[in-house]
Amino acid sequence: MNFWELFKVSLPALLEGAQMTVRIITVGIVVALIIGLVIGVINVGNNKVLKAFARVYIGLVRGTPLLVQVFFIYFGLPTVLDFRLSAVTAGTIAIAINASAYMAEIIRAGILSIDNGQMEASRSLGLSYFQSMRKVILPQAIKRMVPPLVNQSIISLKDTSILSAIGIIELTSSGQIIIASTFKAFEVWIMVGFIYLIVIEILTLATSWLERRWTV
Amino acid sequence: MISVKNLKKSFGINEVLKDINCEIKRNEVVCVIGPSGSGKSTFLRCLNKLEEITGGHINIEEIEISDRKVNINRIRQNIGMVFQSFNLFPHLTVIDNITLAPIMLKKINKKQAEEIAYDLLKKVGLIEKVNVYPDKLSGGQKQRVAIARSLAMQPSIMLFDEPTSALDPEMVGEVLNVMKGLANEGMTMVVVTHEMGFAREVSNRVIFMENGYIVEEGEPSQIFTAPQNERTKRFLEKVL
Ligand SMILES: Nc1ncnc2c1ncn2[C@@H]1O[C@H](COP(=O)(O)OP(=O)(O)OP(=O)(O)O)[C@@H](O)[C@H]1O
Ligand SMILES: [Mg+2]
Repeated sequence: MNFWELFKVSLPALLEGAQMTVRIITVGIVVALIIGLVIGVINVGNNKVLKAFARVYIGLVRGTPLLVQVFFIYFGLPTVLDFRLSAVTAGTIAIAINASAYMAEIIRAGILSIDNGQMEASRSLGLSYFQSMRKVILPQAIKRMVPPLVNQSIISLKDTSILSAIGIIELTSSGQIIIASTFKAFEVWIMVGFIYLIVIEILTLATSWLERRWTV
Repeated sequence: MISVKNLKKSFGINEVLKDINCEIKRNEVVCVIGPSGSGKSTFLRCLNKLEEITGGHINIEEIEISDRKVNINRIRQNIGMVFQSFNLFPHLTVIDNITLAPIMLKKINKKQAEEIAYDLLKKVGLIEKVNVYPDKLSGGQKQRVAIARSLAMQPSIMLFDEPTSALDPEMVGEVLNVMKGLANEGMTMVVVTHEMGFAREVSNRVIFMENGYIVEEGEPSQIFTAPQNERTKRFLEKVL
């Protein structure tokens, strides 16, 4: 079997794996952005209790390996709580939580990079803190946050390959499965790597297109 | 209209306002002068609670603003503030800068807010800049837009913190003229300024601050020609 024949027989399975990867990362990023925004805004605010919680959250997530988080959510939690998560749900939650901590820090830094006079001007007009955040601070901060957020999304996308450890058949594990039957490790890992590359390239292009539309 | 009693403000152990007492009446234009670091900006920022006071009372139109129960956002709608560094919103055009707060806070629609904004832009002489972004404006133009933005909330008090200090000399006049016009319309104004000409010509009263105290206050003619306090004299000798 030459490379092209191998490519043709492997492609459907690889694409199915890629689809799973994309599904997990899409949901993961959306959830991570929401959590990250909440934690990030809490962190620039004045509420000491919420802030302490946010610091602990970020500390715990950043201070433990992703694989441990995945195992904890998939195997650990169900033993003390009365529910069972599917591997895909558990994996998506782990990816989302993991990314959210890093995104929260990106969002915090973005907000802090906006001159304090902006908040003061907005508050002096009578807007509340959250109205000011929404209408004045975040629209300016988001432009500065996009590049590091894309960067984190790419890292998280690649992190999904860890989820093969709980039996999710995403791109990396579909590669492993094909190798198990064909013994063509060299070729298959090249294909897998190439598909990751394409997905990331599409993500990058899409966001820079979005960025250009925004800044008009 | 504004009544300040025994106002104290500290930043940590640094007591910046030590015992400020003053009354500002409706339609009055009060200029606050004094050396750098004397607490002028801090005093002004206490009036709309951008700084939390550490002691005393500030009463604005019969409302004690240090009271925890008052809705400070409501009170601020009635107090415009103009900053030395303009603080226009760079992501919004001139018109959107001006209409943002009225649309969000007053029960008016976009069209009504824009009509108010057009009138104000005419008043400050910038009607041709309606759809321009702030980074395309000169300093004097920015400050005039900032004044229009504050006025759009139709406040009854305007606070100015060195509104012309960041401007090139040739642009100072255009901003002072707008302020003069406001004063003539009867706006209640508290103006921290180094523009002694403006203080002398436009204000009803001048407050001289030093080291966290109001050292002397009086009509501009009296303060500028016959200051009673030794420190006021020394300060005025330096700046005039
Ligand atoms: N947010 C702050 N935190 C700590 N100290 C502050 C803060 N704001 C002002 N200060 C201190 O308070 C003192 C008075 O400052 P303020 O800005 O009120 O003076 P000012 O009279 O407005 O001076 P200038 O003419 O230079 O504007 C200064 O010593 C300043 O360092
Ligand atoms: Mg000052």
